[in-house]
Amino acid sequence: MRKRSALAAVLIAALVLVAAAAARGVHSTGPTKLTIWVGWSAGHELTSFEKLIDEYNRTHKNVSVKVVGGIDDNKIVAAIRSGTAPDVVSSFNSYNVGNYCGSGGWIDLTSMLKKDNIPASTFPKATWYYTGYAGKHCALPLLADVYGLYYNKKLFKAAGIKSPPKTMSELAADAKKLTVRDKSGKIKVAGFDPSIGFYENTPERWIQAYGGKWIDSKGHSLIGKDPAWSKWATWQKSLVDWFGYSNLVRYQAQPIDEFTPSQAFETGKLAMNFDGEWRVAFIHNEHPNLDYGTAPMPVDDAHPELYGSGYINGTIIGIPRGVKHLAESWALVKYLTTNNHFLAQFSNMIRNVPTTKASLNSKEITPDSHFKTFLTIFANPKSGTSPIMASGQAYTNSVQDFFEQWQAGKVKDLNGGLKKLASQLDAQVAQAGGGGGVP
Amino acid sequence: MNGAVADTAGASAPALPLRTRARRRADWRRRRLVLLLMSPWIVGFSVFFAYPLVMSAYLSFNHYDLLSPPRWVGWANYHYLFNVDPLVWEAVRNTVVWMVLIAVPCQVLFAFGVALLVARAKSGSGVFRTVFYLPALAPPVAATLGFVYILNPATGPVNVLLSHIGINGPLWFNSPQWSKPSLILLSLWGIGNTMIIFLAAVLDVPQHLYESAELDGAGPLQRLRYVTLPTVSPVILFAVVLGVIQGLQYFTQAFVAASIASGQASQAGDTFSGLGYPNHSTLFYPVLLYQHGFTDFQMGYASAMAMLLLVVSFAVTLVIVLNSRKWVHQAVPR
Repeated sequence: MRKRSALAAVLIAALVLVAAAAARGVHSTGPTKLTIWVGWSAGHELTSFEKLIDEYNRTHKNVSVKVVGGIDDNKIVAAIRSGTAPDVVSSFNSYNVGNYCGSGGWIDLTSMLKKDNIPASTFPKATWYYTGYAGKHCALPLLADVYGLYYNKKLFKAAGIKSPPKTMSELAADAKKLTVRDKSGKIKVAGFDPSIGFYENTPERWIQAYGGKWIDSKGHSLIGKDPAWSKWATWQKSLVDWFGYSNLVRYQAQPIDEFTPSQAFETGKLAMNFDGEWRVAFIHNEHPNLDYGTAPMPVDDAHPELYGSGYINGTIIGIPRGVKHLAESWALVKYLTTNNHFLAQFSNMIRNVPTTKASLNSKEITPDSHFKTFLTIFANPKSGTSPIMASGQAYTNSVQDFFEQWQAGKVKDLNGGLKKLASQLDAQVAQAGGGGGVP
Repeated sequence: MNGAVADTAGASAPALPLRTRARRRADWRRRRLVLLLMSPWIVGFSVFFAYPLVMSAYLSFNHYDLLSPPRWVGWANYHYLFNVDPLVWEAVRNTVVWMVLIAVPCQVLFAFGVALLVARAKSGSGVFRTVFYLPALAPPVAATLGFVYILNPATGPVNVLLSHIGINGPLWFNSPQWSKPSLILLSLWGIGNTMIIFLAAVLDVPQHLYESAELDGAGPLQRLRYVTLPTVSPVILFAVVLGVIQGLQYFTQAFVAASIASGQASQAGDTFSGLGYPNHSTLFYPVLLYQHGFTDFQMGYASAMAMLLLVVSFAVTLVIVLNSRKWVHQAVPR
């Protein structure tokens, strides 16, 4: 009996040893599994990214990268908190860099950038700005979004308009000329929809056209002091009033969702639209016969020198704290943000703007007259972005809230309201526990 | 039984400690069994109620962004809540005025009215009960999606029908004036649960009370006033307390309606920034709390908001229950 027990024990021990050795063997020879979370969910965008990651997997035998799409910031934060974050994360929300850097949720990449000799000058100034906060660089840009004007050439021709507007007064005049209403006054075709909250219309994108200042050197809000804000708001409200606020609301309530083929500009229900560069790919995929043009956004009549510039933000990518395979994660981030071949390919596929200076001029970028406009805006030294603040997205949301109240006629004293907004923003930043960085 | 044990113990002194020990062991076994049987509840209560409540109270005195460790800030969150946050009083007004003072009476009256009508139905009462109860089974998200579709200002069937008779329909969920009435309409549609409870109470009113009242010459309204209402008053109290608590916690329908009506629920990776659409008209207190906690990542401040909501809910419920002694009919005299 004893002999049998001893024999069984030896056999079990041998089996355990063999299994352990086999497991170690598999582990040491197999590729390291990495997971990357991305925000893209629209069909062609996610599949394009997956295709390029497949290429990365083929050329980097030591890793096997899995892509998970449709991720928003809530999921990222929840995963970091619970210790289940993936190896690499990306977010559409560059506004939240303040949260990620300030809290250490995304690790500081400074030492790795330094070690691999990747200087700040690799990236255009605006993208470098919105990927860092308070001296830390916890993110890098993964293609940028640049905003400009889309216009329907067929509708322009019918209305006798020869070229896209360059100033705000031209934009308002063209918008009125292009608008078609039915007998009851309802909007059938909008020349332009200036409503804040509609599609990509947000204050931070508009104020760029007026050269408006956000904060002073100490991070305090200048919204109540810089006259650019009230000037833009007055222009915007006068155009909203021309359409009629409720007419615009009714127009927007139609089934014209932004990221569907029934989007208003794509279907000819909107003659001019303020939109990001990605629309070029959407139109190509969904309405290839649409006769349209792209141009920089019109600017304040008093500041013609700003024409050609625009608002920039974009997707950011980083490494959440506590990752197991830091070296492999960093190698992937580095590839996705600095490999000019990858950036050019991905840019061709989803028509976002590549984010290194070198990739901007890459010969691999497929020429496209519509898309070229956005590359030019991106390279314009006057193009800019909004401030990265400790309160993250709440900062720009508060500004948007105010202007939505304003366009609905709920703010009677614009200048007084802007001053109040400024003090509220300062209090919000203080409450969130820190200051901001000057763009 | 106790006397019998005492007598036996007196007759045989050495047996007493043994019996006492045995009884204590039996008591302990019983207690263990009770604890064991209650343990799922105890664990659930501790993990999902007591711990979050205590943590929420603690976090309300901290700056906590969900990612870095909480940092003690004393009363700063409460100061910001009462003195600085520009949206909080708008959210309180929307919640208290619309979801408590207007919606709750509307829901109670409507549910009670429907219950009275269904109780009187001579034939097909089963069908009516089913028809009025059925909406309560619809998940809140699905029901809200359906209402946003039906009440779409441009393409919804309601406004299309109205336009056929020459009426320019309202903007419903897209209008600051109409969004809250639209939500109340949605809540009235879903009163099935309350209606069923009222129906049971109405059918439970003793018939002889109506007969006595009729003999005394009471008309239908007087029978309602002096017989039905006092008898069902405990159910009315229940419906009011429940309605007020649900009104103070109103979230799902407002969140879904705002995201769909604003057209911002289309790209999965984007964080929705249109809470309260249009123009803060659907910004209720819990919606604002969610925004601060999960969109702005200010969980310390959101916890302070949650503590205030808890205190207010408790105080309002207490006031209603204490006042109810004046108008709720008690079947058993105290």
